[in-house]
Amino acid sequence: MCECGCTQPAEDVQKERELETLFESWRGVKGSLIPILQGAQAIYGYLPREVLLQIARETGIPPSRVFGVATFYAQFHLSPRGRNIVRVCLGTACHVRGGARIFERVQQELEIGNNETTPDLRFTLETVACLGCCGLSPVIMVNDDTHGRLAPDKLKDILVNYQ
Amino acid sequence: MQLVRAHVLVCGGTSCTSSGSKQVQEVFQKELEKHKLEQEVKIVETGCHGFCEMGPLVIIYPEGTFYVRVTPEDVPELVEEHLLKGRIVNRLLYKAPVTEEQIPTYKEIAFYRKQLRVALRNCGSINPENIQEYIARGGYEGLEKVLFEMSPEDVIAEVKRSGLRGRGGGGFPTGLKWEFCRRSPGDLKYLICNADEGDPGAFMDRSVLEGDPHSVIEGMTIAAYGIGCREGYIYVRAEYPLAIKRLKIAIAQAEELGLLGENILGSGFSFDLHIKEGAGAFVCGEETALMASIEGRRGMPRVRPPFPAQRGLWDKPSNINNVETYANVSVIILRGADWFAGMGTEKSKGTKVFALTGKINNTGLVEVPMGITLREIIFEIGGGIVGDKQFKGVQIGGPSGGCIPVELIDTPIDYESLIAAGAMMGSGGLVVMDETTCMVDLARFFLNFTQSESCGKCTPCREGTKRMLEILTRICEGKGVPEDIDTLERLGRVIKGTALCGLGNTAPNPVLSTLRYFRHEYEAHIMDKRCPAHACSALLVFTIDEEKCIGCGRCLKACPVGAISGAKKEPHKIDPEKCIKCGTCFEKCRQNAILRL
Ligand SMILES: Cc1cc2nc3c(=O)[nH]c(=O)nc-3n(C[C@H](O)[C@H](O)[C@H](O)COP(=O)(O)O)c2cc1C
Ligand code: SF4
Ligand code: SF4
Ligand code: SF4
Ligand code: FES
Ligand code: FES
Repeated sequence: MCECGCTQPAEDVQKERELETLFESWRGVKGSLIPILQGAQAIYGYLPREVLLQIARETGIPPSRVFGVATFYAQFHLSPRGRNIVRVCLGTACHVRGGARIFERVQQELEIGNNETTPDLRFTLETVACLGCCGLSPVIMVNDDTHGRLAPDKLKDILVNYQ
Repeated sequence: MQLVRAHVLVCGGTSCTSSGSKQVQEVFQKELEKHKLEQEVKIVETGCHGFCEMGPLVIIYPEGTFYVRVTPEDVPELVEEHLLKGRIVNRLLYKAPVTEEQIPTYKEIAFYRKQLRVALRNCGSINPENIQEYIARGGYEGLEKVLFEMSPEDVIAEVKRSGLRGRGGGGFPTGLKWEFCRRSPGDLKYLICNADEGDPGAFMDRSVLEGDPHSVIEGMTIAAYGIGCREGYIYVRAEYPLAIKRLKIAIAQAEELGLLGENILGSGFSFDLHIKEGAGAFVCGEETALMASIEGRRGMPRVRPPFPAQRGLWDKPSNINNVETYANVSVIILRGADWFAGMGTEKSKGTKVFALTGKINNTGLVEVPMGITLREIIFEIGGGIVGDKQFKGVQIGGPSGGCIPVELIDTPIDYESLIAAGAMMGSGGLVVMDETTCMVDLARFFLNFTQSESCGKCTPCREGTKRMLEILTRICEGKGVPEDIDTLERLGRVIKGTALCGLGNTAPNPVLSTLRYFRHEYEAHIMDKRCPAHACSALLVFTIDEEKCIGCGRCLKACPVGAISGAKKEPHKIDPEKCIKCGTCFEKCRQNAILRL
C-alpha cells in the first residue's frame, strides 16, 4: 500500500516516480520522444495507453504523434509481455543453417506463434533478423542470454531454465 | 606501466560471451591467483577477433598461441601447462579444416593470413574499455595531427586523395561528401554515424563498435573538424547493447582526457557526441529516415534532394557516414592518403570488412583488400564448403544485393564489378550457399524481409513487394504458373525504377539476380513441381524403398506425427496424408531406404 493511505499499490507509486524522473531528465531536450518511450517501456515492460497519454501531456506532443511513433517501431509494445522474451533469429545466416526449423520447434514447445504471449505470461515469442552472432547460427536469445549452435532437440533443455 | 611476462587475451565479443568466455576469464583469474601469477600474467578482455565460430577464443602472448573453443574446465590445464611449464596444449589448438593439421599461432591460420586489417586494426588486440590501450597503439595521434598541423581544407583534401568511399553500401566518395557539407551555408552543422546495421546477417559495424569504439569516435572528431560540426550523433541499433555500453564508456573516457567535448586538447575546437538508440526499424538505416528518427518522428525516408549535406538533421546541413567509413579515417590521416590508396583497385581503395557466413568452414568476420576475388575469400580464407557438398554461389550485399554463381567466382570484389555482376557491395554480408540452398527460397527469404520492413510510404514498394512475395511463395509451394517469371521480372523493374528510397529501389535485386543466374531452379519449381535443392518442403515426397528397408523401426520411432507404419523386420510405409515432410526419417535411416523426391 501507498504511504499516504490510498489504495494504490506501492509498486505503482514507485513506477510513477521513475516516470517523473524520466520526464525531468529529458525536459527541453530536442528529439526526446523516442528515448522517453524507451525509458517508459523499461519501467512498465510495455507502453500502457495511459502512459502514452501522459507522455503526450508532459511533452506537449500531440497524442496522435506519440501513438504514431510508438506503433511505427518494432521495439515498442502496446500490450503486456511475458516474463521471458524468446527471440528466434531468422537472419540470413540462421536461415541458411536451419533457423526455420528452430522456430517451428520453439512454437511447438511454447504452444504460441510469433508475437504471442503464453496465457501464464511466462513467455513471449518474437523473431529477429540477426543477433550479430552469425558464426554460432542458428541462434536464439532468451532475455539477455544468447544460445547458439542450436539443434531443435536442444531447445527443451534451454527453455526449462526460464520460469 | 608494470612489466608482465605474458598476456592472456580472452575474447569478450558477443559471440564468445554467449559461448561462455566470461566464465573462462573468471577461472583464469582464480587460477592465476592460486599459482601466484597475477603479477606476472595479465588478462585482457578484448573485442571480437572475427573467428566467432571457434569461440571462446584465448590467445596467449608473447608467443601468440591461439586456443579455440576453450571451456572453463580447460583453464587449469592452460595455466599449468602453458603459463607455468611453457608447453603448448595441443588439443586446444585450431585444426585446419581439411588437413586436420594443428596450427599454433594466429598468423599461420589461413583464415587470418590473407586478411589485411585496417578498420579492424585493433579489434581483438586491445581492451576496448580502456582508452590507454587505444592510445598506446597510436590512437588519437591522427586527431592531434589534424588539430595542430592541418587546416580543415587539408583534412578534406587528404581524405579525397585517399579514395575512401562509403562503406555503408552506396560507395559514395567520402571526401567529396564532406566537402559538400563544408560548403553548405550555415553555422550549425551536424555529424552523424550510421550504426543501424540492418542487413540481417552481418555484424561488421557491431564488431568495430564493440572491439574498438575509439577508432569511430576519433574518425568522427576528425570529420567534424574538417566539415565544421560542433555536435554529432551515433545512431546505434537497439539490438546491440554491448556496443552501446562500450561506446558510452569510450565517450566518457575521451571526454575526461580532453579528446572530446569542449576545447579539444586546447586547440579551440569543440565537438560533442551523443548516442541515439534505434528502436527496431530496418528502414531507419536509410539516411533521411535515420534523421527523422533522431528527431523523434516515425522513421520514414523523404525525397532527395535536398540531400543531407544541404538540409539534414533539424534542417541543418548534415554529414552521415557508416561506422566502418569513420574507422578508416584516423589511419588515413596518420599514414597518409598514398598509403591507403596503395591498397585495392583503381576505383575502390583500401579494404572492406565482410561477415562471412553460410555453408562455409570458417565463418566469421574478415577484412580483405579490395580487388581480392571471391574464390580467395571462400576457398582460402573461408576454408571451403562444409562437408562434401557442391558450392553453388554466394549472396552478397544482403537484402539489397544479389547472388553470384559459381561460374563468376573469380569476380574481383570492388564496387563496380559487383554491380556489373548484378549484386552490390552493400554493407558486407557474404553468405555462401551449397547445393542444398534453394535459390527461389532464398529470394523469397529476402523479399519477405524487405516487404515486412517497407515503411509503406510509397506504393511501388508497399504493394509491389507484397505481390512479388505472393508469387514467390506460390512458386515455393508448387503452385507457380509459367507467367510468374515474366511478372516477377516486370514488377521488379518497375519497383526498382519508381520506389522512393533505397529500400524499395533495391528490394527486387535478390529476385532479379537469381532469375538471371538460376532461372532453371525457378523453372523446375514451376514446370516440374520439383525443388532441385530439396529445400522447399511442400515439393518434397518421402517414400520408403521396400527393397532396401530392413524394418529396423528407427524411422517409425523418430517420426513426430506417426506417419510411418510397419511390423518389425518388414518393409515400412509412409502415409503421405499424415507426413509433414520434416525430413527426420530421411536423416535417421541407416540403409538409405528413404527416398526424398
Ligand atoms: C533501407 C536502407 C538501409 C540502410 N542501412 C544502412 C545501415 O544499416 N548502415 C549504413 O551505414 N548505411 C545504411 N544505408 C545507407 C545510408 O542511407 C547511407 O547511404 C550511408 O549511411 C552513408 O554512409 P557512407 O557514405 O559512409 O556509406 C541504408 C540505406 C537504405 C536505403
Ligand atoms: S521505397 Fe519502401 S521503404 Fe522506401 S519510402 Fe517507399 S515504401 Fe518506404
Ligand atoms: S529406418 Fe530405414 S531401414 Fe529402418 S525401417 Fe525405416 S526405412 Fe526401413
Ligand atoms: S518426413 Fe517427417 S513426417 Fe514425413 S514420414 Fe518422415 S519423419 Fe514422418
Ligand atoms: S543471422 Fe542469426 S545471428 Fe546473424
Ligand atoms: S566474439 Fe569472439 S571471435 Fe567474435
